[in-house]
Amino acid sequence: MTMMLNVKDLRAYYGQVQALHGLTFSLNEGSLTTLLGANGAGKTTTLRAICNMVRSTGAIEFEGAPLSGRSTENIVRLGIAHVPQGRGTFTAMTVEENLQLGAISRRDKAGIVSDIERMYDHFPVLKERHTQQAGTLSGGEQQMLAVARALMLRPRLMLLDEPSFGLAPLVVRDLFKILGKINRDDRVTILVVEQNAQLALELADQAYVIETGRIVMSGGAKDIANNEDVRKSYLGY
Amino acid sequence: MELFTNQILAGISTGAIYACMALAVVMIYQAIDHLNFAQGEMAMFSTFISWQLMQWGMPYWVAFVLTLAFSFAGGIVIERALFKPLAKAPILTQVAGFIALFSIINSCAGLIWDFTIKQYPTPFGSSPFLGSQLISTHQAGMIGVTVLMLFGLFFFFQYTRMGLAMRAAASLPESARLVGINTSWMIALGWGMAAAIGAVAGMLIAPVVFLEPNMMGGVLIYGFAAAVLGGLTSPLGAVIGGFLVGIFENLAGTYIPGVGNELKLPIALALIITVLVVKPAGLFGRPIVKRV
Amino acid sequence: MSAAEEVVAEGQAVEAVPKRAMTLGAGTSLLVLAALVLLPLVAKNFIIFQMTMVLIYGLAVLALNILTGGSGQFSLGQSAFYAIGAYASAILMEDFGVNYALTLPIAGLICFAVGYLFGQPALRLSGVYLALATFALATAMPQLLKLGYFEKWTGGVQGLVVTKPDAPFGLPMSQDMWLYYFTLAVTLAIYIFSVNLLRSRSGRAFMAIRDNEIAASSMGVNVALYKTLAFGVSAGITGIAGGLSAIAVQFVAPDSYTIALAISLFLGMVVGGVGWLPGSFVGAAFIIFVPNIAEGISKGLSGAVFGVLLFLVIYLVPHGARQVAIVSQQLLGKLRKN
Repeated sequence: MTMMLNVKDLRAYYGQVQALHGLTFSLNEGSLTTLLGANGAGKTTTLRAICNMVRSTGAIEFEGAPLSGRSTENIVRLGIAHVPQGRGTFTAMTVEENLQLGAISRRDKAGIVSDIERMYDHFPVLKERHTQQAGTLSGGEQQMLAVARALMLRPRLMLLDEPSFGLAPLVVRDLFKILGKINRDDRVTILVVEQNAQLALELADQAYVIETGRIVMSGGAKDIANNEDVRKSYLGY
Repeated sequence: MELFTNQILAGISTGAIYACMALAVVMIYQAIDHLNFAQGEMAMFSTFISWQLMQWGMPYWVAFVLTLAFSFAGGIVIERALFKPLAKAPILTQVAGFIALFSIINSCAGLIWDFTIKQYPTPFGSSPFLGSQLISTHQAGMIGVTVLMLFGLFFFFQYTRMGLAMRAAASLPESARLVGINTSWMIALGWGMAAAIGAVAGMLIAPVVFLEPNMMGGVLIYGFAAAVLGGLTSPLGAVIGGFLVGIFENLAGTYIPGVGNELKLPIALALIITVLVVKPAGLFGRPIVKRV
Repeated sequence: MSAAEEVVAEGQAVEAVPKRAMTLGAGTSLLVLAALVLLPLVAKNFIIFQMTMVLIYGLAVLALNILTGGSGQFSLGQSAFYAIGAYASAILMEDFGVNYALTLPIAGLICFAVGYLFGQPALRLSGVYLALATFALATAMPQLLKLGYFEKWTGGVQGLVVTKPDAPFGLPMSQDMWLYYFTLAVTLAIYIFSVNLLRSRSGRAFMAIRDNEIAASSMGVNVALYKTLAFGVSAGITGIAGGLSAIAVQFVAPDSYTIALAISLFLGMVVGGVGWLPGSFVGAAFIIFVPNIAEGISKGLSGAVFGVLLFLVIYLVPHGARQVAIVSQQLLGKLRKN
């Protein structure tokens, strides 16, 4: 089983404040992992550090290649798609333009066109609204668009930051179903940061729990979900 | 009535100047999400370069193309050398940078070519256009080139990959990086294109206002105003805005008593601002829907 | 960062200066004040005059700092208020025989009213659009002052000559020295007023508006009132500065108050550090002395040299003099520890 992502002793800083205190973890190829923890624990910072969007030290390897020293856009081009908190949708552009932007680093025109069609199959509501300005879509639709845009990269690894934020529970269930499908059918390794621990643990195989910048728990998702102590101490339910 | 239509036509021909400049303004705005106050000076300097090349014996169109290439490269160099280091500075500091650039270019041009007015040739000739007394062939040529550039820009932004990438980089740089766009280079490219368009504007304007280091001052302001009126995100709006500004200016000068040459600028600006108060995104600007 | 915060981050054009850092510490302030008081006793008349101008321009930059650094509204139109204040003082002194000191509050009030009124339509504009509107105001002013209608009062293109006052009570000092101390007193009063304004509830309202207008209004801040108030106060202070300049320079003319002045004041604000009140005077010194230095270095390329010097300053200290002050404070702190 190859290591898709290998993180060793990751420390991250916002100015003078240290947010991560030596994270070490790895993601197997094809796995669906969730990173859990309370607000401010450092979950978002972890994803940002992987994409070099925040100052950090430590070793991060993607498919064996070190990521240090690479710019965000170069890391993305290696095959890592990152759906940020707040979705990062290009609100001034149309839905279709957002999808085209997802594939902007690719050169195969035919592949891009067929991928867009595939996205419309995955997410019919996007096809309905494909000429609409993305900013007019609802929260759930924008989240679908953000995931679709990430998929247009044909990524090997997908990072998602709180995809359930601000969405109704039914919408979140649908979204997670789709993420599961992508993970199995398209063989995309996924790392999902979530505050909604319950749903995330149903979806994932692996889980890490992070608290004030340190990993405090790791293991199979089912084990952690069944462990009442862990749930009560770290996940709040 | 005839006076009115004449003033409108005259306004359209002066407006072509502003439309051209406004295109350059919108170009830079599309690339870097704010306005560059030194753009007029860069256009003026480019025009002087073309003039100098012609003084050295080069034919008009050779000088024209060389100047375009030089301006494109120059825009990129200026951005990389002077403004990339300021990218993380507060926006007001960057504006101070534009003002500094303005001062430097204006002063250098004055030293190299001095402040006497020079004649600048036009490839279109200056006979009456289709027999009309109000539009010369040059002005018609100016309108033609401006419209051509407009279509070119529109096509570039709407239908090419590079244009899409540039728009993305300007509107949401972080999201753009997350799809693999090198936002830093997009900015440099935007500057290069804006400099080239500005050069075209300068070379079209110089035959009318005569070549001297201060020639672009007023034109730039009208260009800004036209771009803002048209909606800063719309090249078509910029061009239409330019024509409208020319018309406003002329009508104000003709019909409002006591408004001589000096008050034309403030009155035109006041009119534009009135439009903005009613339509804050400009006439053709796409109001960006933000969900709070 | 939620979707709502995304909107906020996009909108913020003027960075927040933490309240604590807004002024110099008490010790430093007293030192500076002492230096300013003692200066005329050792300096020649011309230097005293230049220092007076530094204080006057400093006031104008301070006013801009309140408007932009405080309430987040851009203005390229301060030269218009400066002109109105200058002409108000000049006309009151020469045509109506009003005592020079009394003209200042009157000029201030007139400009406050004009600024407040201008603030109304400006409510609907922001950023680049507001800059354009204020720019229009600034370019209109010299032309309005030259208009035939007003020539009876304004003196048209030639302007008006203003009589410089003597020191009162027969005090043994030159006109320049008296004017310097008078200006210093006015400046001190306005500075203290401004610091208190920014620390008060109104100041907090300004800053709330600057940082996030939507959030401010949803918290109950009367955005319209405070925005126009900020314009009014800023215009009023600029008007007083203008009045002082009329007295110091001894004449007013339309071409002294062009857009170039507005741009200079803007540069002064940036060099001093946006929103940092003490920096206003550093910025004023920059815009008064550096152009002369540039001309001294190269007469033909004075504009280019000025531009290069300006670039150097903004590279080294993109946040203006405030940055220098913070770094010095940190250094002093380290020294004290050792």
